Amino acid sequence: MRPLLTVLRKELRENLRDRRTFVSALLIGTVLMPLLVGLLVNLTVRRGQSQDNKPVSLAVVHGERAPGLLAQLRQYRIDVITVDLDDAAARDAVRQQQRRIVLAIADNYASQLAQGQPAPVLLYSDSSDVAGASDVGRVRAVLGRVSSETARLRLMARGVDPTVLSAIAVQDVDVATPTSRSVLILGTLTYIILLTMLMGGLHVTLDATAGERERGSLESLLTVPVPREQLIYGKILAACVFMVLSLTLNVCAMALALRYVGLENLGMNVNLNLPTILKLIASCAPLAPLGASLMTIVAAFTRSYREAQTYVGLVLLIPTLPLIFANTLGLRPTVWLMMVPSLSQHFLVTGLLRAEPVAPLYAALSVGVSLLLGVAAAYGAGRLYHREALLG
Amino acid sequence: MIEARHLHKRFGAVTAVHDVSLTAVDGRITGLLGPNGAGKSTTLRMLYTVLRPDGGDAFIDGISASAQSLEARRRMGVLPHGAGVYPHLTARENILYFGELHGLTGTECNRRAAELIDLLEMADFADRNAKGFSQGQRLKTALARALVHDPKNILLDEPTNGLDVMAVRTLRALLLKLKAAGRCILLSSHVMQEVAALCDEVIVIAGGNVVADGTPDELRARAGTTDLEEAFIRFLEPAGRP
Repeated sequence: MRPLLTVLRKELRENLRDRRTFVSALLIGTVLMPLLVGLLVNLTVRRGQSQDNKPVSLAVVHGERAPGLLAQLRQYRIDVITVDLDDAAARDAVRQQQRRIVLAIADNYASQLAQGQPAPVLLYSDSSDVAGASDVGRVRAVLGRVSSETARLRLMARGVDPTVLSAIAVQDVDVATPTSRSVLILGTLTYIILLTMLMGGLHVTLDATAGERERGSLESLLTVPVPREQLIYGKILAACVFMVLSLTLNVCAMALALRYVGLENLGMNVNLNLPTILKLIASCAPLAPLGASLMTIVAAFTRSYREAQTYVGLVLLIPTLPLIFANTLGLRPTVWLMMVPSLSQHFLVTGLLRAEPVAPLYAALSVGVSLLLGVAAAYGAGRLYHREALLG
Repeated sequence: MIEARHLHKRFGAVTAVHDVSLTAVDGRITGLLGPNGAGKSTTLRMLYTVLRPDGGDAFIDGISASAQSLEARRRMGVLPHGAGVYPHLTARENILYFGELHGLTGTECNRRAAELIDLLEMADFADRNAKGFSQGQRLKTALARALVHDPKNILLDEPTNGLDVMAVRTLRALLLKLKAAGRCILLSSHVMQEVAALCDEVIVIAGGNVVADGTPDELRARAGTTDLEEAFIRFLEPAGRP
């Protein structure tokens, strides 16, 4: 046991002096990532605010044919701008994004309206312009409302009850709580937290394996009277320490950053108080031994530091698993899924961020299975370091 | 005392060491001489237990290197070929790390490191980070690291490679001192003059086999020449044929 601690202590001391470890373990996690998330959330918040308040501007061709419609549009806070474009020019204007939406009133609009027939209008928009989608939606909804109001008035004028038009009365009930709504925005947070954690141990692992071999100190190290497993376990443990350190700093910095981005303006409440922070760390940390061991295993097969850098980076793809499976397939936690490392951490973190109670069985499964796999992988790494090809 | 009995080692289809038996006794410097690729490093690596022989065994003070490798390692100080040091540790910390791994306790470890820093004249760079060390400084650090547990047997793989004259001199003086203290020293080299100047016993290896052994004088006599280099070439010639 003592040699293991000696190795651990030496790796910690050496890496704390290494600028590359400092950058990969501490700087990215504590400064860069929270800054990025803060910026992202801030932009989303601002855009959400501006969209709700800003009137939609709508270019109208031949507005003089439908003065009543224009007045109604203005009532619904739509800025009507009169323009003079023919069909081709209107298409071009929208395609080239000079105008987001163009409404053209047909020449028989007034006569059709007067006869109680559908009055034709053309609405030009670009469905591939994602940023404009909500504006188009609003204009379309307002047009729909104006249309149905006119229809109701017509029916009433003919002595028919307008409610016959409504066969089904749909009432929307949105059960999203403020906290759960913000999880949509913070959906990528799990990914960033797990990625930062694994990155924290990346350089330590590379340095302790491929780096040690390339510098020529590995062979000397293997001549000390200590079983190779103990040397490897010490190195894996050192990587775990840096991962957890990186994780802790990252979660704390993230909590701080999110406090300043003004989530409350969206009526959201991400409750990142101290107990939550501790639970977040406790949920993610059990993944560290597995990550560090896998990196060590991958590094054992590489011939140089550069090669190791390339392949060990693949381990960083692990936290994208939940993004791919949980988010796209809409998976919900089950006993079996809570045994999948990375995915189970994702469920725990989202649960904590939603302020939902976490089932103790699920939490225990996630922690237990991840740790167990980590120990198994560490054992495998220890076995691998008996290979003679290791010396290169 | 270091003993090899019929060591044999293959890497896939390539046989690196066919059959090497040798003895290096205490209080003497034994040289492993041979051209590049003769099997010197592989032989040494089997002796210092980082490679497992496919046949035969090595014994360090009578302890089997393959069956009791940890016990054997305790009795050896090893300077592998091109040994590197940890760049973010100071020379002293490099030495202390190995001392601790050899099971030395705090004060003993510190005392031993100070002793070696003194012996190898490392005082002016002992507490600097090893990152900017010259090759000579790196070698001294690696050597001190290998000697930290005061081993009875010392194995060095091409120790003078890439060193300047002054560093080679320091190394020679140290090895002679260790020899006088009764240590068993086994070093490999492909440089004749070095072996002639330093070694009491020479073992010539070529093509994975021992082709000659004896004192430098014996080897000269056996080859029928006064020039050791000429003798070396003559021993290699039959081994070079397929």
